[in-house]
Amino acid sequence: MNCEQYMIRQISLFSENKPGRLAALAKACQEENVNILAFSIAEADGFGVIRVLVDKPDVAFSRLTALGFNVAFTHVIAVLMRDEPGGLFEIASKLSDAGINIDYSYAFSGKNKAILILRVDKVEEAIKLLLSHSFTLIATDSIQ
Amino acid sequence: MFWDEAIETIKPAELRILQEKRLRETITRCMKVGFYQEMFRREGINPSDIRTLDDLKKIPFTRKSDLREGYPFGFMAVPLQEVVRIHTTSGTTGKPTVVGYTKGDIENWSGLIARNLTMIGLTNQDVFQNMVNMGMFTGGLGFHYGSEKAGITTLPAGTGNTKRQIEMIHDFGVTAIHCTPSYGLHLAEAATEMKMDLSSLRIGIFGAEPWSEKTRNELQKKLGVEAFDSYGMSELYGPGVAFECPEHKGLHIWHDSYLVEIIDPVSGKTLGPGERGELVVTPLVKEAMPLLRYRTGDITMIMEDACPCGRGPKLARFTGRSDDMLVIRGINVFPSQIEHVLLAIPEVGNHYMVYVDRINHMDEMTIEVEVSRDNFHGELADLKKVQNKVIKSLRDVLELRTTVHLVEPGTLPRFEGKAKRVVDRRGAD
Amino acid sequence: MRCWDPRIEEMPKEELQKLQFKLLKTLIYKVYSFSPFYHKRMKEAAVHPDDITCLSDIKRLPFMFKKDLRDTYPDGMIMSEQEELVRYHVSSGTTGKPTVVGYTKNDIYNWSESLARGLTSAGIGRGDVMQVSYGYGLFTGGLGLHYGAERIGATVLPTSVGNTERQIELMQDLRVTAIACTPSYLLHMGEVADKMGVSIKNNTLLRKAIVGAEPWSEQMRIRIRDWLGVDAYDVYGTSELSGPLFCECEYQQGFHVWSDLIYPEILDPDTQEPLPPGKRGELVVTMLQKDGLPIIRYRTGDITTIREEPCPCGRTHPRLERLSGRVDDMLIIRGINVFPSQIEHALLGIPDVGEHFMIEIDRKGALDEMLIKVELAKEAFSDKIADLIHTKKNVEKTLKNALNVQVSVELTEPGTLPRFEGKAKRVIDRRLI
Repeated sequence: MNCEQYMIRQISLFSENKPGRLAALAKACQEENVNILAFSIAEADGFGVIRVLVDKPDVAFSRLTALGFNVAFTHVIAVLMRDEPGGLFEIASKLSDAGINIDYSYAFSGKNKAILILRVDKVEEAIKLLLSHSFTLIATDSIQ
Repeated sequence: MFWDEAIETIKPAELRILQEKRLRETITRCMKVGFYQEMFRREGINPSDIRTLDDLKKIPFTRKSDLREGYPFGFMAVPLQEVVRIHTTSGTTGKPTVVGYTKGDIENWSGLIARNLTMIGLTNQDVFQNMVNMGMFTGGLGFHYGSEKAGITTLPAGTGNTKRQIEMIHDFGVTAIHCTPSYGLHLAEAATEMKMDLSSLRIGIFGAEPWSEKTRNELQKKLGVEAFDSYGMSELYGPGVAFECPEHKGLHIWHDSYLVEIIDPVSGKTLGPGERGELVVTPLVKEAMPLLRYRTGDITMIMEDACPCGRGPKLARFTGRSDDMLVIRGINVFPSQIEHVLLAIPEVGNHYMVYVDRINHMDEMTIEVEVSRDNFHGELADLKKVQNKVIKSLRDVLELRTTVHLVEPGTLPRFEGKAKRVVDRRGAD
Repeated sequence: MRCWDPRIEEMPKEELQKLQFKLLKTLIYKVYSFSPFYHKRMKEAAVHPDDITCLSDIKRLPFMFKKDLRDTYPDGMIMSEQEELVRYHVSSGTTGKPTVVGYTKNDIYNWSESLARGLTSAGIGRGDVMQVSYGYGLFTGGLGLHYGAERIGATVLPTSVGNTERQIELMQDLRVTAIACTPSYLLHMGEVADKMGVSIKNNTLLRKAIVGAEPWSEQMRIRIRDWLGVDAYDVYGTSELSGPLFCECEYQQGFHVWSDLIYPEILDPDTQEPLPPGKRGELVVTMLQKDGLPIIRYRTGDITTIREEPCPCGRTHPRLERLSGRVDDMLIIRGINVFPSQIEHALLGIPDVGEHFMIEIDRKGALDEMLIKVELAKEAFSDKIADLIHTKKNVEKTLKNALNVQVSVELTEPGTLPRFEGKAKRVIDRRLI
């Protein structure tokens, strides 16, 4: 099975923890007509990492790099989640049973569905596992 | 009180004879050091040309950077079997400065510190808590040996763990302490917070960094001690070179052991009493590592008036440096050392800024450094690792804990010409 | 040099025993007259100095425990006047209060002398450059070895602990031939040196190591020899006895205990009956010439055995074998003694965490790593990661201050750590010595 189509390229961006950094990122995306599908911020000691899923990752990557940001690609998976009680449990419990650790995760809930974005320690195993339990994974080419 | 009254109050004429005799001995010892052989050859000086104190000016200065050339044993005038101790101190780049001691040196040095401690009124009835780093830092073992020699009960407390330090002062009835002035103030505040009584204290020795009269008042008021200023540097043995007497008007330097000159740091011209300049010292009794006209980098002057205590001419309290050396919590830091450390870490760039602050009386050094573009993989944990790596490398070389801020590439100032990378935001004291 | 002090080191056994008895008599009279603590103890046990008529009468004297030092904190057991004391060392006690040892000039002299004999018997002397990588300061390891090495005229490099890369650079650059440190730190240095591309065996002059303050084994000795090219000698002593005192001679079959300084007994820890030579039991020590803090029948808690047969080196003093354990729950982490009760005591002072804890000890590479798992209190939770990091660091700092040893802390969810009824088993020690 080709797992690669489900490995979505997330943009990870090093940022100092100070006003204006998120605005600078957002402005760049707007100017390049890049749509932000999801994002989160993780903070540490005086700095943080902004994680973004976008529709045109390569465009965003080169523009942000040109602006002087430190940018990297990280592989995450995005899984469709039932937007009702128990939705998250279905997914989390399967991963837990298989001994797969979630390094970090963020989610958003849209009109009638929710999407869970996961960074796990064993990516391929997680993809196979979720597919085998009939979850829908978002393929890279459908959004990017 | 005197430890060795005859030598501490020696008459000027006698002193000059002793100094000249010891200068000649020092020249003889220096002739076993390659660096000085070469210097004398280059300058066309014959060792026998140096007979009197006036002849000293024929000899060029020795600088800290010269010591780097001799690393590790190039400046030793005795075979290694006769060296009983080695200390190292910060060099101007990655390699430290090595200082060796013979048995005689350790005795001389301990004797000088015993003189100082006796001068300020400590006796074998006192309990002395030595709150500076033991080990390679000469401030620790130097005071330890001197105080033990003087029969004082010595607590080799070292640094850190302020709560325990305060408990020990209280529980052991400690009468005298030695630490940096900033740690002294920190200690006082912590004791107040703990509601601990430090009334057994009567004497505080503060050194390793310059401090003001305002700080003296604060230390005396908050700790209930009489505060004494202590001066020294590892190249000249360590602490104990010059010390305040109970008059508190300048520091006695031991003229039988150190020949003192004050120079204009730019022109190198000798300055007279009452004129402020850089202290240049020729140690007269050092055996393992003799030095000639050593540029200390410290700014002071020889005081004109005699001291009622009967000891010789004093140095004024120190007011600064002639170079870019920083003193952080008593530790000497050269910006060139920081540069050297960062060059060896590919995950960060070579541009940096240093900020020095005083927070709750303690010096804090913050270093901003850019995350390198090539080594970024997007993981928060990796960035934490880079930050810790920089902190550890700096700690290893500077022997100092620093705060490191990772900043985005290209955001730090670039300098053309003389770089101004250090922003010292500590107050005048 | 073969012996540092041949007159004492090669003194015939009978003469030594006579000397011991003389010293013991003097000691007992002295403490009976000048130490309120021992006077009271002897009164309670109904022994008078006159009752001590031969060496074996020592068993009529009461024991002394580490607890006695705590109960008489700070100086209730110190016999000398302030003007005679030149030093205090302080080590961690079993709970909050530390153990204080006072030294007269003579105590320091005997301590250095004991190590001078030991270092000489291990083949170290003038001309050697000795790096002392034990902690300096209140811990007795650093200053103890420092004074001993200085006494024999070696060049002492007082590096203390930490900054391993720098230590290895100095070892190379300053032509170090001997080192004093914990055995695990020596192995750690080997690993760090390898990473730096430095082979201690081939790129340094290091040949001898005086290692102790924690348990180690013959396998480690062989590993140190084969891998680092270094001959390792065991050293023993605790701060109550002055500090590190005795080290192995060239034959490396136990350390000579100098009979003019110490009278050792090996007892069954349960029955307190003396055990014959060769049988393992608890080491009980009487220090024959210690003035500042007299030590009479001190229960060390260390398990070892005594060897009376002659040593091929010709020294007449008996040997103690490598320690093989403890009678109590004391742990040794990087050469520092840690009692679980200290951890409990320290955690009680931190409102952000609960009082249940687990201790997990591993040897990562060569160094001991102590992980303390503790529950985050409900009130201390914050959704800012920085706050949680701060809490974790604060607990680590408090424990480090209490134990004098670096620990890692893991914050766990409330209610997840095991609760014990009866004897708690909070320590998981996964080290293989």
